[in-house]
Amino acid sequence: MIGAELDRLIQLLGKLPGLGPRSARRVVLHLLKKRETLMQPLASALIEADAKLLTCTLCNNVDVHDPCTICQQSGRDTHQLCVVEDIADLWAIERTRSIKGRYYVLGGLLSALAGITPDQLRIPQLLARAVAENITEVILALPATVDGQTTAHYIADRLREANIPASRLAHGVPLGGELDYLDEGTLATALTARRSA
Amino acid sequence: MVEWRDDAIVLAARPHGETAAVVSLLTRRHGRHAGLVLGGQSRRTAAILQPGQQVDANWKARLSDQLGHYAVEPSAPYPARILEDPLALAALTSACAVTDAALPEREGHAAVYEGLLALIDMLPTSAGLYAYIRWELGLLREVGYGIDLTSCAVTGVTDSLSNPLSYVSPKTGKAVSASAAQAYQDKLLPLPGFLCGRGEPSPQALRDGFKLTGFFLERCVFAVHHQPLPAARARLLDRLEQLMPVAA
Repeated sequence: MIGAELDRLIQLLGKLPGLGPRSARRVVLHLLKKRETLMQPLASALIEADAKLLTCTLCNNVDVHDPCTICQQSGRDTHQLCVVEDIADLWAIERTRSIKGRYYVLGGLLSALAGITPDQLRIPQLLARAVAENITEVILALPATVDGQTTAHYIADRLREANIPASRLAHGVPLGGELDYLDEGTLATALTARRSA
Repeated sequence: MVEWRDDAIVLAARPHGETAAVVSLLTRRHGRHAGLVLGGQSRRTAAILQPGQQVDANWKARLSDQLGHYAVEPSAPYPARILEDPLALAALTSACAVTDAALPEREGHAAVYEGLLALIDMLPTSAGLYAYIRWELGLLREVGYGIDLTSCAVTGVTDSLSNPLSYVSPKTGKAVSASAAQAYQDKLLPLPGFLCGRGEPSPQALRDGFKLTGFFLERCVFAVHHQPLPAARARLLDRLEQLMPVAA
């Protein structure tokens, strides 16, 4: 018989992405074997993260500070704003160190099917911030999907009304990509967006 | 085990669980047909399951009335030009949403499939929106609510330059000529000339066309299921109004 505490732990772990009841049981057994080196540090890290992590009121990033570290960094271009779908995208772009400006996390994409509207994505707040901070360029780093581009077009329209320039990510051949292996849609888009050599 | 293979167009994909997706496809021979795509949320497969993508679909189920599983492979490149054009993108999303909501499931509608295929090709062109209105008329005809534009419902005259068919009766869905409609024009729906093969395309003709098909779609197809027109269609009309000059 499994005790109530263990059962609760298995149930909670089983709710994590990629884990089911069986793998949650394996994780719990592994944690029990490594109580000092893994279980206790993990428990204290979770408690600490829960107590300290905040959502940045400016960009919706998650950090221990509000405004977040990125929004507070003095060396950043305060007139450039990069709009991303979620925090994972922010981290991905930040790893490239290509953006000198700051970010804005939408928290999703417009979707007629799922009934997600501009208000649910904090788009009005984005526009208010862009106007208040005299942003000179908004980079729409959104996915090249139907929902992603619908959202990009919508935000670009609203920014145009406010006379704020917007740019979008290029679509095309990835670095190290063999043309032979690319899908026709990507290749066609890359050809459409070709530039002089 | 039941199994078939067919050409299809992706209409919608909804996440199911952590990795799978329930996909609604418009197939050539099997009509609108849903199925589960295992790994449908993966980066590779999610890219295929975009509305408007043409796929080669293989459906399998133990019994024919089950949801079943799809294996899908792209059969044509995604119309990438549509992603660049906001109006074409809104029209594609609307066409897929209207098809998904209006067509009964598992009922063959080859004409709608062929029509949607042709529409996707035409959307990035200047005639795309006119093609869209014609496609909605075709969809209405296919689900049994076709609009009769052959002759005037009152006088029986056919379309002519001197007495053109200029209105449609909201009650019968039949055309009415300009002379016969004089007494009760405000109760009729304007019929844009391009639907009768005459008249220059104009913003007002587009407005009238969308109003006409929207009225019959709403009343005949969606209201009977107590559903409004899809939000994607309303967004298309909003975008159209933003881009078109205000009517005189």
